Amino acid sequence: MRGKKRELPGHPMDRLLRVDRIPHIWCSGCGIGTIFGGVLAAIQKLDIDLNKLAMVSGIGCTGRMAGYIKVDSFHTTHGRAIPFATGLKLARPDIKVIVASGDGDLFAIGGNHLIHAARRNIDMTVICVNNLNYGMTGGQQAPSTPLGFKTTTTPEGSPEEPFNFCYLAAACGAVYVARWTALHIRLLTNSIAEALQKKGFTFIEILCPCPSVFGRRNKMGNALETLKLYHDRSVIKNEIDPKEAGIDLFGEIVVGKFVDRERPTFIDYYRSIVCHETPEDNVIRIAR
Amino acid sequence: MGKRIGMEVAIAAAEAVALCRIDMAAVYPITPQSHIAEHLSDIVHNGQIDAEFLTVESEHSAMSACVGASAAGARVYTATSSQGLILMHEILPIASAMRLPIVMGVCNRAVSGPLNIWNDHSDIMHVRECGWIQLFAENGQEVIDMTIQAFKMAEHPEVMLPALVNIDGFQLTHMIEPMEMPSQEEVDKFLPERKPFAYLHPDKPVSMGCFNMPDIFMETMKAKDMALRNSKKTIIKVWKDWAEIFGREYQPVETYKMKDAEVAIVTMGSMGETASVAVDEMRKAKMKVGLVKIKLWRPFPEEEFKAAVKGCKTIAIMDRAVSFGGVNGPVAAEIKSLFYHEQERPKIVDFIMGLGGRDVRVEDFISMAERAKKKKEDTFEFLGVRE
Ligand SMILES: Cc1ncc(C[n+]2csc(CCOP(=O)(O)OP(=O)(O)O)c2C)c(N)n1
Ligand code: SF4
Ligand SMILES: [Mg+2]
Repeated sequence: MRGKKRELPGHPMDRLLRVDRIPHIWCSGCGIGTIFGGVLAAIQKLDIDLNKLAMVSGIGCTGRMAGYIKVDSFHTTHGRAIPFATGLKLARPDIKVIVASGDGDLFAIGGNHLIHAARRNIDMTVICVNNLNYGMTGGQQAPSTPLGFKTTTTPEGSPEEPFNFCYLAAACGAVYVARWTALHIRLLTNSIAEALQKKGFTFIEILCPCPSVFGRRNKMGNALETLKLYHDRSVIKNEIDPKEAGIDLFGEIVVGKFVDRERPTFIDYYRSIVCHETPEDNVIRIAR
Repeated sequence: MGKRIGMEVAIAAAEAVALCRIDMAAVYPITPQSHIAEHLSDIVHNGQIDAEFLTVESEHSAMSACVGASAAGARVYTATSSQGLILMHEILPIASAMRLPIVMGVCNRAVSGPLNIWNDHSDIMHVRECGWIQLFAENGQEVIDMTIQAFKMAEHPEVMLPALVNIDGFQLTHMIEPMEMPSQEEVDKFLPERKPFAYLHPDKPVSMGCFNMPDIFMETMKAKDMALRNSKKTIIKVWKDWAEIFGREYQPVETYKMKDAEVAIVTMGSMGETASVAVDEMRKAKMKVGLVKIKLWRPFPEEEFKAAVKGCKTIAIMDRAVSFGGVNGPVAAEIKSLFYHEQERPKIVDFIMGLGGRDVRVEDFISMAERAKKKKEDTFEFLGVRE
């Protein structure tokens, strides 16, 4: 824009935003912005020292979060957010690390990293935006695409059963596992804040409307209609076994906090077994 | 008879693949390749061809699945770009070592970082030693033609090597161009069914990918190198067959106004068209400039290149990738070593240009030719970079 710059009123989140990067690239009606707002609100709420916080993302629409947040951030390659974040955490165990990425990035091309980070219990919070497809590249099938739903690479409907991300993360050892939708913004914010305060691998999946590609292909109407679907179909079932927590867009969308437990982290074991800083028995006993 | 069409080039590439009656495609989407992947899936799902379309979880898996299917005797195709090609890298030399005639479209895009989705040749230059036949298409028609030709080259009993077609990202993939789409009958006549030499079948078991000890590894490498070098004969023969049926001629190295040229501009891929406009302009201004377009990058057409620039004093090379810390760009490296033994060698001036989608205009080629002509010796520079 040329000429006199218009004075815009400040936004309460400006402190956390790279305002110079706005407007963002997300489509109108996309849920990623709302979820990003939830992440920022959780950081605000906990009053985290911004010098002690980093965000790592992979590639995709969701991955853009790392470019808009005003803390140290790394927009890595597709699928590799978790190993980058692991390196970061081990080099600087004193800082909080948030990984924000898409369902494809975290579970297709990068799936291997997620299961191992959860198994090792690396201390990080993974925010997984699940829009049921690869949004950025034009709406192709992802490991989250529900059976029978259309994508640009499955025009007749996807012939594969999707993962249950929460069940998988829990089975691999995550200490905190929750699922929300882009509609449950207050519960989501609290959940992110809770996860950020926990030690260990914490995982939050958020169902998110992608009206431009997934929504359009599947005739789900505009974003508001998808949010209405979340409203009508989601049921909060805290502490339920994540195996039972399915996402059925025609039936029940189970949301809630499914896992909240304690387990020594990778660094705890490392300090005791490799560095002999704490008696080995201690940590191993905690594990048992 | 073929049909005149106006079509996006990526879509046309997928249509050309369908005409080759593939058995399987395994593709992971990436800009600017995604339209090939999506259109192929449409073609398979609407029953246009009897094939499988595999949505894999990464390019590493895409190439691995292609290797598996090809080893079982299937005709397979994949396409990728940039980061995807680099992620495939581990499997590329396996495909050539196992002599599997997989065909791949590489929609050339800059390699990260920083992240950039636009066109240059850094992706293919990262993997150029993979043992594949490597072609460069200049326009939509060549994308269609080379895609079909690649299957015949790759599967020929005297070749049996994978082949890839470089398709400049966006500059070609996303252009709508007038092209001629061959008919199914013509392609069937041109491209016979694949007859694999050895393949995995329970009735006749073979082992692939076995361990090579130091006493045999070098022989295996030499055999692979010879196979790729010898493929040039067949590639030229395939192009002859093509010209007979379709009337469009192809050569490993194409020339334009080179007869009395003192300066030769060397390009690969879509930039050849812009460069030919620049040559016309310069000829109008009485500058003796010609154009040499490399269509076959591997195996490198040594004699053909030398013949193309015979008598020419200055070679101005357009390199669209950086060999960081190297003597010069990858294309210049090839050409310089080609002339090392010559008594009368031309001056070879290398220009790195058009990286990550930076526009290259007719004027840039003119400036390149003028600068090259003035140089006293071989040099290497980035053209048009702000300091
Ligand atoms: C190695 C590699 N392969 C493919 C791509 C292309 N690509 C970019 S984003 C993306 C998928 C994004 O899907 P998801 O992770 O679910 O994020 P969303 O855009 O849906 O938020 C793909 C395939 C890439 N950047 N790198
Ligand atoms: S493509 Fe989908 S996920 Fe990406 S910004 Fe648009 S609506 Fe959001
Ligand atoms: Mg997604």
